[in-house]
Amino acid sequence: MDVLITILADGVNSAIGPTAVVFALAAIGLNVHYGYTGLLNFGQVGFMLVGAYGLAITVSIWEQPLWVGVIAGILASTLLALLLGLPTLRLRADYLAISTIAAAEILRFVFRSSPATPFTGGPFGIPSQVGGSGYTQTWNALNPFPQGRYGIGWLTFSHTRLWATIVGWSIVLLVVLVVWLLMRSPWGRVLKSIREDEDAARALGKNVFAYKMQALILGGVLGGMAGMMLAISQAAIAPDQFLPQLTFFAYTVLIMGGAATIWGPVVGSLLFWFLIASVERALIISDVMPSGTIGPTRLAFVGILLVLLMAFRPQGLLGNKREMVLDG
Amino acid sequence: MAASLRVLTSIATLLLATLAMLASLVAPAAAASDPAPTLLAQEGGEQVRGTLNDGEGDPLEGVQLSVTTPDGEAVGDATSGDDGTWAVDLPGPGDYVVTLDTSTLPDGVELRDPERDTLEVSVNTGQQRTLLFPFGEGGQVSSLGQRLTTAAFSGVQFGLIIAIAAIGLSLIFGTTGLVNFAHGELVTFGAIVAWFLNAPSGTGLGVQLIIAGAIAVVITALLGGGIELGLWRPLRRRRTGLIQMLVITIGLSLALRFGMQIVFGGSSRPYFDYTIQQRISIGWLAITPRDLIVSLIAAATLVGVATMLQRTRIGKAMRAVSDNRDLAESSGIDVQRVVLFVWVMGAGLAGFGGVLNGVVENVNYLLGFRLLLLMFAAVILGGLGTAYGAMFGAIVVGLVTEISTVFFSTELKFVWALFVLIIILLVRPQGLLGRKERIG
Amino acid sequence: MADRDTTKAPTAGALALADVEPVPGVPKPDPILVVDKVKRSFGGLTAVNVDHLELQRGAITSLIGPNGAGKTTFFNLMTGFDRPDTGTWHFDGHDLANVSAYKVARYGMVRTFQLTKALTRLSVMENMKLGATGQRGERILASLIPGIWKAQEAEIEERAEELLVRFKMDHMRDELGGELSGGQRKLLEMARALMVEPSMVMLDEPMAGVNPALTQSLLEHVKDLPSFDMTVLFVEHDMDVVMDISDWVVVMAQGRIIAEGPPAAVAANEEVIDAYIGKGHGDESRFTPTPLAGAPVSAAVEEVAPPSADEGAEDLADGGADLDGPAEGAGPADEQPGGRA
Repeated sequence: MDVLITILADGVNSAIGPTAVVFALAAIGLNVHYGYTGLLNFGQVGFMLVGAYGLAITVSIWEQPLWVGVIAGILASTLLALLLGLPTLRLRADYLAISTIAAAEILRFVFRSSPATPFTGGPFGIPSQVGGSGYTQTWNALNPFPQGRYGIGWLTFSHTRLWATIVGWSIVLLVVLVVWLLMRSPWGRVLKSIREDEDAARALGKNVFAYKMQALILGGVLGGMAGMMLAISQAAIAPDQFLPQLTFFAYTVLIMGGAATIWGPVVGSLLFWFLIASVERALIISDVMPSGTIGPTRLAFVGILLVLLMAFRPQGLLGNKREMVLDG
Repeated sequence: MAASLRVLTSIATLLLATLAMLASLVAPAAAASDPAPTLLAQEGGEQVRGTLNDGEGDPLEGVQLSVTTPDGEAVGDATSGDDGTWAVDLPGPGDYVVTLDTSTLPDGVELRDPERDTLEVSVNTGQQRTLLFPFGEGGQVSSLGQRLTTAAFSGVQFGLIIAIAAIGLSLIFGTTGLVNFAHGELVTFGAIVAWFLNAPSGTGLGVQLIIAGAIAVVITALLGGGIELGLWRPLRRRRTGLIQMLVITIGLSLALRFGMQIVFGGSSRPYFDYTIQQRISIGWLAITPRDLIVSLIAAATLVGVATMLQRTRIGKAMRAVSDNRDLAESSGIDVQRVVLFVWVMGAGLAGFGGVLNGVVENVNYLLGFRLLLLMFAAVILGGLGTAYGAMFGAIVVGLVTEISTVFFSTELKFVWALFVLIIILLVRPQGLLGRKERIG
Repeated sequence: MADRDTTKAPTAGALALADVEPVPGVPKPDPILVVDKVKRSFGGLTAVNVDHLELQRGAITSLIGPNGAGKTTFFNLMTGFDRPDTGTWHFDGHDLANVSAYKVARYGMVRTFQLTKALTRLSVMENMKLGATGQRGERILASLIPGIWKAQEAEIEERAEELLVRFKMDHMRDELGGELSGGQRKLLEMARALMVEPSMVMLDEPMAGVNPALTQSLLEHVKDLPSFDMTVLFVEHDMDVVMDISDWVVVMAQGRIIAEGPPAAVAANEEVIDAYIGKGHGDESRFTPTPLAGAPVSAAVEEVAPPSADEGAEDLADGGADLDGPAEGAGPADEQPGGRA
């Protein structure tokens, strides 16, 4: 029984922790791309990377205040969306898929290379405080909770984690609200029509390219915000955290919760990290495999989950079966 | 509007190009010393190594080498063995300084260039970097021409391997419309199966590498056929959407890749045959017989595949289905059978590419995934869905990758290839050999 | 199939065209669309090569021709969905060369597609509302503040409701597009095109795959359009339909305009009959490339439907055969009405 509680506690802790916030944001961004507009962005991790580095370089290396860093992160993801969208948004969907995943890898290679080291710290990345006030330090200085532990029973938080959790989920709620407002409007209707058939939208006088670009930027900026949350919650970033599989985690999160639904990415992220953390804890406790293989097992598990979800429940937890059977 | 966008696009391209150039011109600086914590995955197995010989083919034993970080922190030492080989494991990717202790050299043996007893190297994730300390007379330090020739040869060799692996990717797309993100894992699968067959008994079966490679190709081909029959055919029958299937290939790729990591481990390992060979010189080109033979086999395989596509019934049927599926179907071609054949052949070739790449470099669970993006680049460069386009594109990608190392940092060599991909998407999305598609 | 109403009163369009000589490229009294030297080839195959064509404002013109004649390609070129190699064309005073498809629609030339594009996961009402142009709420920032667009949205909904009533689809306003039958989708697509308030409607095989019960209703709606100040150009295979509703017929074969004139004159034209018969018999190989020969199959074959080659000829021959248009690619969903119609 104690074992079960330990496993569940790990799951719950992870489900409401900062990582779940990061992936909820990244998946909401993908929801705007893939769920509502039908854009196949397989390089969401690239947006996370430029967001995180935009923040870290501005605050830690150029010693600017946190809010300037946040703006830099948003601008960096907007720029990436423009660079990617201009050439590929006129092409078939798979071209965007391939060039986004390629661009994300290009960025990771370039950011970890020695020529870029003065700006990016090379393979070792940028810790929160190199010079200046430090992004995580500034963030923590805003924390109104006095030092200590908060919570009940087995569910307790340090004051920093509580602060990160509250602000993180508040941002997620705000973003959900904005996406909800957008998607119920005529603007959202145009996006959905592009997802269904962009030629039909074009024939009705909609500037499909402009809408796709707006959607790519919006979702990309949400990816950038996810990257910034990641940087702040870890107090350091390194290029090899931004491996292509992060994008696919975000896809799994989105599809698990239900693409093209408002709450899908949020519910998906909670559930996904609950599952990942409990499975991992259960594997460690049961001692069925050497500890070195737990990492890859977890990743293989995500892969199988994605296959099964897509094959058997593509509408996810919250999706509408009636809509899914129509998917051509 | 259209014209101004075109201008914007070209400006964006130029900007990106300039940025990349600038980035590669900035002098390398010292890397920070502590590795930052990583969230989700770490790659491993970085190493520097080499084989010392006196310039006349005899190995140098007992020579001491030391590796430090650019800041002078010691990383490790090595002494060359009786076959002249040495290796130092590294804590991770980054820049390192390797120093050869000339006082430990046998009498009468000197470095060809006495200045070059210290080499600065940068090591990529998972890379086993081989270093060369030349001894004896042997001619002057390699000229630009020599370096270009050698890089061009490696480029063609690498390109041929990518081509073999990418044919399946292109034909699968052509016949089913599916972009198979799990294709890289078929490549890895071939390489790893061959490794286990080749490894001495205890770990593996101790089969000679050539036979092991052949068996691995057959097993990978069967896996490809199995995936088609067990997964894709039922999904197509259920009228699953292409996008949905594309996401499934991603799940499949994660599951296979990390499944193989569980079995094979995170490190890079060489095969057990043809590992150490002397280079032979042909004009400007210095090359091991192994690399030469791999290239010849790869070229022969491609000629074989091309002949098969051109001459045999099933080959023609494959091209016909790739060209226009509905038309092929209505003229009586059994499309399902052709697709199964494409999967078997494509997977077999992917596995073969994996074995060849494993022979030239090393076997690693990420081997195929690293090639995947280059395969995409090759396939798009040549024109999605055409087999010959993939071959042509692959050679270009291989050449760009290797020749870039003559002028720019080795760390960025894949970046150039991917960069070429994005440029092609900008100016000629249908590929260099592809037919213009009607879009937007 | 349809009872031919031979005693119908001549329409305004027919009257305006009464004195026009039935020869290819003839000028019209009040042309809304003027096409000059538009040429498009795929590989070595010339899909469209139109020297000169004018379409009369307010008339119903039908475009006929054997499969592979280039009708759909011509539609794509006119509406900005494809670019010609050479040529110019003007619509209502606008030069349309190099104009994007969405702008063509905003100028008032709206098209439908041979394979219907009902937006599957949007409701019928959302499909309709999408058609309205100049929506304030379609701008990203304005969309965040419902106050800016709510009133306009209500007006649009009212207009959509009226059109749905006119098309007798108001009872299915909340169905999803994908749940409709093939014929209902065609109706929806036409109604949605009218939401744009176009001056010219281009219908690509509006009757294809529609069951006979709905065909009549669709025809009536097409016939109605000129009374709403709209010009119609439509592609059709069924000669019965063509004879019934068009004021003017344009015949294409091998990418060229080979004849034009009032329906009766065209039906009697030797060259037209040859084009259809020739397609079905003597010249078949040109339209059915053999992929096994290894030659690249041109993209133009997209118009080649699975070989029901004789349909055009039969149509002309007995004038009354009830034939399906080319099979719709979408499959079963087109044959059976959605779950709970």
